[in-house]
Amino acid sequence: MKARVHVMLKTGVLDPQGEAVRHALGAMGFDGVDAVRQGKVIELDLADGTDEATIAEMCEKLLANTVIETYKIELL
Amino acid sequence: MRAAVVVFPGSNCDRDLAVAFRNEGFQVDMVWHKDTELPQGVDIVGVPGGFSYGDYLRCGAIAAQSPVCRAVADFAGKGGYVLGICNGFQVLTETGLLPGALLRNAGLKYICRTETLRVASTDSVYTQGYGAGAEIGIPIAHHDGNYFADQDTLDRLEGEDRVAFTYATNPNGSQRDIAGIVSQNRRVLGMMPHPERAADPVHGGDDGLALFRALGGVLAAA
Repeated sequence: MKARVHVMLKTGVLDPQGEAVRHALGAMGFDGVDAVRQGKVIELDLADGTDEATIAEMCEKLLANTVIETYKIELL
Repeated sequence: MRAAVVVFPGSNCDRDLAVAFRNEGFQVDMVWHKDTELPQGVDIVGVPGGFSYGDYLRCGAIAAQSPVCRAVADFAGKGGYVLGICNGFQVLTETGLLPGALLRNAGLKYICRTETLRVASTDSVYTQGYGAGAEIGIPIAHHDGNYFADQDTLDRLEGEDRVAFTYATNPNGSQRDIAGIVSQNRRVLGMMPHPERAADPVHGGDDGLALFRALGGVLAAA
């Protein structure tokens, strides 16, 4: 089985990389981009039957830093 | 007096830190990241700067899960002294020994230069050798030194006099200009600037020396 974990900076945490991307899009002539937030996607290839609680534990302990980030688990 | 300096794959300030400890009379053991325990009788553990595990995932994230970090956390839990510098500070926040996190510098650039720091608290073994409010020149060298914590945590750090150092001119966007903080028991210090790179006149400055000297003085007397 596979799972996909989406990790994003929390709302309110400055994302200078996203901000740089927003500036670049504006400079390229794409108007109306009000905000860009950059995160990461982590794909996990897992033993069949791995439960979501175990994946959540992986997120809490390593994949995300919950001081600054949120995560969302997507089972594929 | 004995110090242990942790070495991760990618550490690059470990030997500089060992020299700074040795110059103040410490016997220094280098401890590999796979080691599951610290040498007997260690007084302080240094977690050095560098790029542990290539900074993969997040700076310090994978190092924080290494076997030696469990031993360091146990050591700190029993009241041991731990000094984390630069990547070491990032590791200490990732282990939860210190609150907050280090984000990408607000200006997105890696910054390598000497910054003026203010000694914000002299109430620790690390900072008691400085005058209150003293301004010292210490090099920084980081891409992810932008200290972040929620407002409650920042208020608590300031209220408990746990901000050890602030930047005179904020180089990286750190909340409340924070450059270094101590744990609640004041025995764990994490700081982004490198005192071990300003610990000898040949470094071009020795404002970091007072940190190691004070530490050595306290631990020798203990």
